[in-house]
Amino acid sequence: MNYNVDEKGYYGDFGGAFIPEMLYPNVAELREKYLKISSEPDFKKEFDNLLKVYVGRPTPLYFAKRLSKRYNTKIYLKREDLCHTGAHKVNNTIGQILLAKRLGKNRVIAETGAGQHGVATATVCALMGIECIVYMGELDIKRQAPNVARMKMLGAEVRSAKSGSKTLKDATNEAIRDWINNPVDTHYIIGSVVGPHPYPDMVARFQSVISEETKWQLKEQEGREYPDHIIACVGGGSNAAGLYFHYLNDERVNIISVEAAGKGIHSGKSAATSALGKEGIIHGSKTLLMQSHDGQITEPYSISAGLDYPGIGPMHAHLYRSKRAEFISIPDQEAMGWGLTLSQMEGIIPAIETAHAFAVLDVRKFSPEEVIVFNCSGRGDKDLDTYIDYFKL
Amino acid sequence: MINRIDKKFQEDKKLLSIYFSAGHPSLEDTVPILKKLQAAKVDMVEIGLPFSDPLADGPTIQESSTQALSNGMTTDKLFSQLENIRKYINIPLVLMGYFNPMMQFGIEKFCKCCESIGIDGLIIPDLPVDIYHEKYKILFDKHGLYNMFLITPQTPEKRIRYIDKVSNGFIYMVSSASVTGAKNTFGDSQKDYFKRISGMRLSSPTVVGFGISNASTYSTAIEHSNGAIIGSAFIKFLEDKGVNKIADFISSIRD
Repeated sequence: MNYNVDEKGYYGDFGGAFIPEMLYPNVAELREKYLKISSEPDFKKEFDNLLKVYVGRPTPLYFAKRLSKRYNTKIYLKREDLCHTGAHKVNNTIGQILLAKRLGKNRVIAETGAGQHGVATATVCALMGIECIVYMGELDIKRQAPNVARMKMLGAEVRSAKSGSKTLKDATNEAIRDWINNPVDTHYIIGSVVGPHPYPDMVARFQSVISEETKWQLKEQEGREYPDHIIACVGGGSNAAGLYFHYLNDERVNIISVEAAGKGIHSGKSAATSALGKEGIIHGSKTLLMQSHDGQITEPYSISAGLDYPGIGPMHAHLYRSKRAEFISIPDQEAMGWGLTLSQMEGIIPAIETAHAFAVLDVRKFSPEEVIVFNCSGRGDKDLDTYIDYFKL
Repeated sequence: MINRIDKKFQEDKKLLSIYFSAGHPSLEDTVPILKKLQAAKVDMVEIGLPFSDPLADGPTIQESSTQALSNGMTTDKLFSQLENIRKYINIPLVLMGYFNPMMQFGIEKFCKCCESIGIDGLIIPDLPVDIYHEKYKILFDKHGLYNMFLITPQTPEKRIRYIDKVSNGFIYMVSSASVTGAKNTFGDSQKDYFKRISGMRLSSPTVVGFGISNASTYSTAIEHSNGAIIGSAFIKFLEDKGVNKIADFISSIRD
């Protein structure tokens, strides 16, 4: 089976471009040009160089000695938390800003939930001197004040999305409406492997540097390029797509995707899309999404804002349905516990999103000779307020 | 039986079509609004099936849609309101909605319900013509339903020709690069676009929508097309003046 996107923009049953006609020219332009532009030597040179000198790549593949000992297996962390701006998000925004420049766009828009993708977009726009507008749900603006301030410092305009539930999905709707209203001069930098084709594939390719590095780093340390298990958290699924990309068709590698169960899958306050979602259309893509019986998109819940999305990228919907990936959902409480565990056992304070992935160690047994790579996708600075509240620090 | 939409265009006059969100302002307003619109000599009506995430719509239609959902509107509810509508209404009726609620209802079941009620066609902004043609056209044809597509000032000529070929009923000309409800007047670039499309001599009639709010924009829009659709301005009127005053709104557009 093929787990990459096909020539029509689908991953099995999922994907495609279910977009209003107003967006057709923009999306068609991207579809026709993204592969060509991103494979030009000049593009690759600039992309690789910025990842090296600006983002700080390659990020380390770190053997977590104390964790490995406690769980009696071999645990590696791919340290995306060490990227500039604090998470993997910037790999994609660097790629897309270079693409936007080559498409002759002079205005960039983005959506953001917790603010990480907004900050990563504002950062690359500052780097390139391009106007930047970030849509953010009215509720999220209140909840994520430090990231709003960071975006403003970086020169971006933060616009409040006041429609619907006033969170990430509505910020995405507003960004899409902006693109409809500004079809010629604007590029829309989507932050995850979601949206109409070619976005899921384009974002996955820009994030694929994660698994590209993992392969040679693991070869150096373990003598083989492939681990037995790769594990990542999935909201929309961009850090997971990056870690999985070069292992998708390598059946020796088991894939474990971790979703946020929130207060429990059946509590009515959850973001476990694979368990609760049905096939449908969200933000221009056919995928699994949380919705009412009547097809209205419902509001997810997770203590981590980055996993708080009612859909998953079409690649992940396909990995789920084809059983290529195992899906596990982790409640708030366990994830928060792992925020502390990772801090105190390895000296790494993870983002709450990232902490969800590590909780797999408590629900799945691994053998001593198995090699596991976790995507340590983001650092916990942005979550300090939540940690302080939760643990009364 | 000839589709009511085709029959209407054979009358050789400029159409005035009205859009409203079903279930707004009040849940049970659907049938009273339709009766008033027909009595005011409106030529065609688009009934909006509310959706939580209407990507192509501006604030007015979004808010009416959100209100309709909180009033309790659902696909089932709308079909039951419209069950006997053909006893009272003989003008063409088009359902306009996003694809996800239709998928959840079941596309075939949706088509069947439309056929049995006497719906003449559908407008589904996020179902692109290519996917429709490949997967769903057979079903729509089987149930005698037309499906109308949008074009915009940015749509390439080749694609307009393709849309003209595979669609039926009419072509929905979006007046400018915008979501619904965004503009109050039409400038030269819009007029040029209307003229350009008219000059293409398409086989389908064209109807202009988005940004038509008053007699002046209506008359500009119909100069080079077969009719125009008013949505946001009508919805605002309903909120301000109520269902009973609908005739006043229509006469303000046409007189």
